[in-house]
Amino acid sequence: MAKAKTTKRPDAAGGNRPFIYNRYAPRQLREALAKMQRIRRFEECAEESYMRGHIHGTMHLSIGQEASAVGICMPLNAGDQLTSTHRGHGHCLAKGAEIARMFAEFFGREDGYCKGRGGSMHIADVANGNLGANGIVAGGLPIAVGAALAIKKLKKPNVVVCFFGDGANNEGAFHESLNMASIWKLPVVFVCENNGYGMSMSAARSTAVENVADRAAAYAMPGVIVDGNDLSAVAEASQIACDRARAGDGPTLIENKTYRWRGHSKSDRNRYRTKEEIEAWVAKDPIIRFQDEMKSQGIVDDAAIAEIRAAVEQEIEAGLEFAKASPPPRIEDLTRFVYTDPIP
Amino acid sequence: MPVEVIMPKVDMDMTAGQVTKWHAGEGDRVVKGRCLFEIETDKAAMEVEAPANGILRDVTGGQGVDIPVGQVIAWIFGDGETYTRQAGGQAAPSAAAPPPVSLPVIATRAPAADGALRASPLARRLAKAAGLDLTAIAGSGPRGRIQKADVLSHQAGQSPASPAKTASDDEAILNLFHPDDYDVVPHDSLRKTIARRVVESKKFVPHFYLGVDCEIDRLLTLRQEINQNPHVLEAPDQAAKVSINDMVIKAMAKALRDVPDANVTWTESNMIRHHKVDVGFAVAIPGGLIAPIVRNADQKPLTAIARETKDLAARARSRTLDVAEYRGGTTSVSNLGMFGTREFSAIINPPHATILAVGAGERRPVVLADGHTVAAATVMTLTLSSDHRAVDGALAAALLAAVKSSLEDPIRLLV
Amino acid sequence: MNQDIRALSYAEALREAMAIAMEADERVFLMGEDIGVYGGAFQVTGDLIERFGADRVMDTPISELGGAGVAVGAALGGMRPIYEFQFSDFAMLAMEQIANQAAKMRFMLGGAVSVPVVMRFPAGSGTGAAAQHSQSIEAWFAHIPGLKVIQPATPHDVKGMLLAAVADPDPVMIFEHKLLYKMKGPVPAGHYTVPIGEAEIRCAGRDVTIVATSIMVHRSLAAAAELERENISAEVIDLRTIRPIDRQTVIESVKKTSRLICVYEGVKTMGIGAEISAMVVESEAFDFLDAPILRLGGAETPIPYNPDLERAAVPQTPAIVEAARRLVTAKA
Repeated sequence: MAKAKTTKRPDAAGGNRPFIYNRYAPRQLREALAKMQRIRRFEECAEESYMRGHIHGTMHLSIGQEASAVGICMPLNAGDQLTSTHRGHGHCLAKGAEIARMFAEFFGREDGYCKGRGGSMHIADVANGNLGANGIVAGGLPIAVGAALAIKKLKKPNVVVCFFGDGANNEGAFHESLNMASIWKLPVVFVCENNGYGMSMSAARSTAVENVADRAAAYAMPGVIVDGNDLSAVAEASQIACDRARAGDGPTLIENKTYRWRGHSKSDRNRYRTKEEIEAWVAKDPIIRFQDEMKSQGIVDDAAIAEIRAAVEQEIEAGLEFAKASPPPRIEDLTRFVYTDPIP
Repeated sequence: MPVEVIMPKVDMDMTAGQVTKWHAGEGDRVVKGRCLFEIETDKAAMEVEAPANGILRDVTGGQGVDIPVGQVIAWIFGDGETYTRQAGGQAAPSAAAPPPVSLPVIATRAPAADGALRASPLARRLAKAAGLDLTAIAGSGPRGRIQKADVLSHQAGQSPASPAKTASDDEAILNLFHPDDYDVVPHDSLRKTIARRVVESKKFVPHFYLGVDCEIDRLLTLRQEINQNPHVLEAPDQAAKVSINDMVIKAMAKALRDVPDANVTWTESNMIRHHKVDVGFAVAIPGGLIAPIVRNADQKPLTAIARETKDLAARARSRTLDVAEYRGGTTSVSNLGMFGTREFSAIINPPHATILAVGAGERRPVVLADGHTVAAATVMTLTLSSDHRAVDGALAAALLAAVKSSLEDPIRLLV
Repeated sequence: MNQDIRALSYAEALREAMAIAMEADERVFLMGEDIGVYGGAFQVTGDLIERFGADRVMDTPISELGGAGVAVGAALGGMRPIYEFQFSDFAMLAMEQIANQAAKMRFMLGGAVSVPVVMRFPAGSGTGAAAQHSQSIEAWFAHIPGLKVIQPATPHDVKGMLLAAVADPDPVMIFEHKLLYKMKGPVPAGHYTVPIGEAEIRCAGRDVTIVATSIMVHRSLAAAAELERENISAEVIDLRTIRPIDRQTVIESVKKTSRLICVYEGVKTMGIGAEISAMVVESEAFDFLDAPILRLGGAETPIPYNPDLERAAVPQTPAIVEAARRLVTAKA
C-alpha cells in the first residue's frame, strides 16, 4: 500500500530557512503570530466566560492546535472558502473573523456571526469564506466537495479547505467525499487535524491505518503527513495543495499531527489520557515554537512579542464589551431564518 | 355494557342488506353463537349469529327493508345489566313484524350505553346557538351520537330524520290513483341527482329572468359558410361542423369575458370571480340530462368547440364522461330550439350564476330600422336566468346584450 | 395563458421542467446515480445528457450521503443543483446531509446563507419492488423545519412545482410516486410555476372532504365519482405540499362539509393524516365537525412483495368509498 509522505523539515541552521521565511514578508509573519495569539487568548477567555456562567452552551477548544489553523489558512485568498468542525474557533479566526462578533455569537447575541442562533459549534463567517463549523463529525466534507464543484462549474480561481478531525476519517462521508473530489478533480484541500483522539477513543485504537493520510492512496490523491505544531511545515503543505488544486489537478489530503490540550468538551474528565502525555505536548506549544523561531530569524524580539500580545489583549477586552452590549434576539423572531421567505 | 347487533357486511361490495327473519324477539334470551337472524343481500342469503349472551332489546331492524351495513339493529343486554333504552337505527316499517318501535316524537333522553352524552362538535354548536338542551335530543349517529341532522329535526319538532315521512308522502300520492293505472319505476341515481340539484337550486338560488330576441340570419349565413369550407367538410365525420348551439356557447363565453363581473359564483362568505370561462351545455340523455363543460370556451375557435361538443355529447349519451368533464364550469347553455320551443326559462346549475335558455330560430315579422317597414327575419329568443345574489339586473342585462350583439354581428365570434 | 397544451406523461413533464430550468439558468445542473446515458432508473432524465452534456447531467458514484452533501455544498457555493435519489428509500443513507445540513444551515448561520437545493425522490409502492424500494417516507421530511416537501400528483403540477422548487431559495424535497411517472395529462408548454404551499381542490363537494396526497388524489377522485352515483358529494383536496401545509384550504373545506377523511400512502400511524386531523380539530373547523375524522394510510407493515398483499398495504379506491359512505350516512 502506498504510504503518505512526511514533509521534510529543512535545517533552519544551515541557511536553508524554513518555507514561510522565504515565502512571506516579516509583516505577514508577525500577523501570523498575532493570529495564533488571538486564537489562544480568545479560547482561554471563552473558557473563562463559560465557567463564570456567561456563556450558555458547551464548547470545544483547540488550544494547542493553533499552528494548524493559521498555517493552513496562510495561502488562502479572500475568495477561498473553508468548512470547519465543532472545534472550529481557530479556523474562523485564521480566515479573518473578528473576535468581537465571535464573542457576541458565544453570548447568543444579535451581533454574533450567526445572530445568536448557532453558538460556538456553528460559528461561521460567510463573508470571509468560512461556510461554517459543523456539529456533525464529517458533516462538512461533502459540503466542501460541493462548494468546490460550484467553484469549478463557475470557473472561479478558488479552493475550498475542508478541516476535519481524526474521528471523521472513519465516517462514510469521509470516504465518499474523498472519492468524489478525486474523480472530478475538484479544488479541495482536505485537512485532517489529528489530535490523537475522537472524544476518548485514540486514533490508534479507532483507525486501521497508521496515518489518516495513508488513506489518500485509496482515492488517488497525495497524502501528506505534517508536524501540525510546526507553522511553516503546515503552511508549506497547504501551499503545495492549494497550488495543485488551483491548477486543476485535484484534491490533496493533509494530516496535521497535533494535540488538544483541553478535554474534548467542557464535560471531559480526561480519563483516557495521562497527565504526562498532556504535559509532553504542552511542552511542544506551537506558539512558543514559532516565537522562538522568529526570534532566531531576527523577525521579532521580546518587545515586539509583548506588543503583539498587548494588542490582542485589547482586542479581547473590546470584544467582550461589544458582546455584552449586543442585544439578545427577540423571542418573536424564534423561527426567523428557518426559511428565506417566512412561512405564515 | 350492552352489545350492539349490527347489519353485518357479508359481501365485498355489500352496502345494505335486509333482515328476512328474526329468530328472537324483543325481550328474548339469546345465546352467543346461535342464529339470531337471517339476512339477504342482492347476492346471498345467510344466517347471522348472536354476538353475545343476554336479552335482546330495542330491535329496530325491521324485516324486509334495506338497512345500511354497520347500522345497529338491536342490542343485547347482559344478565344483571340495567336496561336503558338504546338509541337505535331508524324505525323501519315492516309488514310482517309487530309495529316497529318508533322513536318517541318528543325524545326524552337518548344517552349512550355508558351514560355519556355523545354529540358531534357541529351538533353541540348548533344546539347551543339555538338554545337547545342536548339531553332532550335523540342521537341517530353511531353509539347514539347526536349529529347535525338530529338537532335540525329536533328543531323542526320531529324525531331524527326518517324516511318514514317520505314513505307516507309517497303512499298518499299513490292513493290518489288506482293501482292498475300506473307502473312504479324506482329512481336511478341519475334521476335522484337531477332531482336533488334542481330542488336545491330553486330552493336556495334566487332566480330572475331576462329575455331578448336576436335576429340570426347573418349567423345562419356564417354557419353555412363555415360548414361548406373544405377544411371542415374534409374532416373525418365532419366533426368540425358548427351548430347554432356551438355559436351560442361561444357567444355566451365571449360575453362573460367581456362582462367579467357576471363570471362569478356566490358563496356564503365570498364572491368567487372566475379567471376562466367554462361553459356547460345541457345534453338530453335517456332518463335525464347531463351538462358537460367546454373549458375556456371564449378562447377556442368555433370548429374546436364543435368538435368538443360532439365528443362530449356522444360520451354523455354513452355515460362514459369523466366526472371532471361535467364538474364545475362557470355558466351553462340550454337549448330546446330543436324541439320547436319558442322560449323558456332554465334552472341555474350551481355553482353557476347564470344559465342561458335558447329557443327555436323562426321566421317572424320584425320592424326594420326605419321604424315603419315590417319585414320577415329569422329570430331566436334567449332567456337568461341569473342568481340575484351574485348578478344584479343591470349586470345581467349587459351580459345578455353582449350575447345578442355577437349573435347578430357574428363576425365577432371569429375575431 | 399559454395555449399550447400537450398531453405529457409525469416523467416527460418533469424532464421538460428540468430542461427549461437548465436552459434558463446556467447554474442549474442535475446530479444522481445513473441519470446520464442510462437516463435514470425511471427514465426521468432520459436524453437530457445529450442536450446538456455530462457536466450538467452528472452521474454520481453510488454515494447517497456524499452525493446529497455535494449538492448541498454546491448550492451553498452558488449553484442550483437538482439531486435525484434513485429510490426515496435510499434517502435514509443521506439523512444526515438532508436533516442536519441542508435543513438547518440557513438557520444555524443566522440567515447568512440559503441552500437552494432540489432533491427528487421516486417513492411509493405498487411496482413489486418490495420493502426497501417502495416506501412513502415523505412525512419524515415534513417533520423537519427548514425543508419544503412537495408531492405533485399530476404532470401539470410536477412541471410547475419543479420549476417553483428550482426558483425557491430553500431546500425542496419532491416525492414522486413511481406509479405516476407514466400517467399522462395536459401540460402547458414553456415556463410556468405551481406555487409550493398551496393545495388544490380537485373536485368540489358538499358532504365530505377528502384530503389526499400524490397517487391517493387519483384514487380519491375515483372514489368521489363513485360516491356521486350514491348522491354523496365529496370534495377532494390535493394537498400538493406537505410542508408547509395549506391550512386554510383544508379548514375552509371542513367547515363546509363537516366531515374529513385523510388519505395517504405513508404508514398511517404518526403520518400526514394525524397532522391534518390535529390541525383541523385545533382550528375553528372543530365546531363544524359532524363526525369523527378518519385516516386511511399505509398498513403497519413494510411493503410486501406479493401483489395482493402489496395492494392491501396501502389505501385503494373501495376503501375510500367505504369510509366516505360510513361517515356521510352514519346512523346508529
